[in-house]
Amino acid sequence: MVFLNFFISGISLGSIYAIIALGYTMVYGIAKMLNFAHGDVIMVGAYVCFYAIARYNLPPVLGVLIAMLLCTFLGIIVERLAYKPLRQAPSLAVLITAIGVSYFLQNAALLLWSSNPKVFPSIIGRGAYKLFDGALSVSHVTVLTIVTCLVIMIVLSLFINKTRLGKAMRACSEDKSAAQLMGINVNATISLTFAIGSGLAAVAGALLCSAYPTLMPTTGSLPGIKAFTAAVFGGIGSIPGAFLGGLMLGVIEIFAKAYISSQLSDAVVFAVLIIVLLVKPAGLLGKQVTEKV
Amino acid sequence: MTMRRLINLKRVEARRIYLTYFIVIAAYVICQTMSSTKMMSSSMRGMLVPICAYMVMAVSLNLVVGISGELSLGHAGFMSVGAFSGVATAILLQNLIPFAPVRLAIAMISGAVFAALAGFLIGIPVLRLKGDYLAIVTLAFGEIIKSILNNFYLGVDSAGLHFSMLSDTTRLLPGGQLIIRGPMGISRIMKIATFPAGFILVMIALAIVFNLVNSRFGRGFMAIRDDRIAAESIGLDVTKFKLTAFVMSAALAGAAGCLFSLNYSTIVANKFDFNTSILILVFVVLGGQGNMLGSIIAAAALTILPEKLREFADYRMLLYAVILIMTMLITNNDNIKAFFQNIFPGSKAKIQKESDD
Repeated sequence: MVFLNFFISGISLGSIYAIIALGYTMVYGIAKMLNFAHGDVIMVGAYVCFYAIARYNLPPVLGVLIAMLLCTFLGIIVERLAYKPLRQAPSLAVLITAIGVSYFLQNAALLLWSSNPKVFPSIIGRGAYKLFDGALSVSHVTVLTIVTCLVIMIVLSLFINKTRLGKAMRACSEDKSAAQLMGINVNATISLTFAIGSGLAAVAGALLCSAYPTLMPTTGSLPGIKAFTAAVFGGIGSIPGAFLGGLMLGVIEIFAKAYISSQLSDAVVFAVLIIVLLVKPAGLLGKQVTEKV
Repeated sequence: MTMRRLINLKRVEARRIYLTYFIVIAAYVICQTMSSTKMMSSSMRGMLVPICAYMVMAVSLNLVVGISGELSLGHAGFMSVGAFSGVATAILLQNLIPFAPVRLAIAMISGAVFAALAGFLIGIPVLRLKGDYLAIVTLAFGEIIKSILNNFYLGVDSAGLHFSMLSDTTRLLPGGQLIIRGPMGISRIMKIATFPAGFILVMIALAIVFNLVNSRFGRGFMAIRDDRIAAESIGLDVTKFKLTAFVMSAALAGAAGCLFSLNYSTIVANKFDFNTSILILVFVVLGGQGNMLGSIIAAAALTILPEKLREFADYRMLLYAVILIMTMLITNNDNIKAFFQNIFPGSKAKIQKESDD
């Protein structure tokens, strides 16, 4: 039963990683860039949600929606101002720009909202379901997180595989110039990807801070790195891969905390990642691209 | 050896190398004069040693990122291995070698050796991977090194060295001294790092890197970077070449880490985290990949910049971020480049020439 308890909290944490990793992996799949500012978009989303709920007493659902809307705009603006001018630049230059954006968002948050940690109000209350005569207790946040993640995963898969816009996104990730020749607006598609990724980041922020209620300007950076790891773990660029990678990373982290050592849990997570990449160099579900000579 | 090779080099390259040495020496002489004649503020004086350490970090990372063409996101890990092993060595030798400069040199060598060992162990699995996967694994190793050092305890007593993980179970005899104290790191360090020592380390790092780059190894690195398959087909041992660059870079980072920490009274493993790795990567990319002089200038400029922005108080890190983004946009976007060339026509010829290379 203890094992099951840890497993459920692992899946819950993993669901949050999975939602963040989806943003990373979509942007990587299309723009071929590591968007290091993604973790900070989570933080911005969480702050917006916090102010909407705690300061203006809006209902939590509305708060999350506002956060999604603002983060979507933020994603589009960042893409337009910082990444779009560098479409032809070497990937390292784009990486450094993303790091610059990350610094910018963190320090802007520091100025706007100060460095004092804020206690995030849960978006669903602190109750829990008791199962098996109370031997197993699953909090509402956990259930909400897992359900949200599943819904997002299903909707996103349908969107990518069944709609015209989704098809355009897949085409752009395969070959940008060929997609352009087929009449796809590549720039708009990339903007759309950033918008979806950032909107998801806002949801992840609200869920993350409901489960771990301390909100600071640096709240997003460590989950951001972990989710990035999760995306690579599953095979970066692959959407089911991000989902699987996120869940596995969450479960491994919680088990490592419970059974090995809470101080070394990060080290265990990263060690598992290294082993996986050595066995499968393109991640669990990544495409193994053969090199043409 | 060095001299003959430099004379044999293509003239442009030799000129660039001499220019780099010359600028570093000139900057040292100017800073040393200003510092001894009290023309330099005390906050600037305090930054001289960290700047030297960052310069060496940038030059060593440039060997991996610029010359060997592998993105490494865990360079601070080697810095921390060098810092902890070097400082521990310095503390152990405190009574044995009272003369500080010799102790500093031995500590830096020890830091370099331990970091090189770490680089070797990490390099074997890491260098099998490519591109972004390689980057994420170096990031992972950086985090693992940080976690391990955060839970590492090292003590010394009359019976020798004792170490333990997770909690302090070293059980030192009376009179023993606990050197590394897990998350508390090392404290009460004697600050024996000096600016001249930093200058010498920068010069040594430059000499090593320039020598390596203009040798059979350097040509091998660049051949592998430009076309791995072609390089393999003419019989280059790709793993051996990459490992050489990686280990050499780790060793220099270790020495720099040791110098850096011997400038402070306390060090903790969390100081050398992902953000530090990124900071050094920023020096390399901003200075230009493969351009050692660029790395050195970027390291100095970006370390001084936050200090100089202090008058903007709370806005300084925001401005720092804006400057970073703007610099990347200006140097990498063709339209913006053309715009600046129209304003400053003088620079046009130069940029044109560079892009022809």
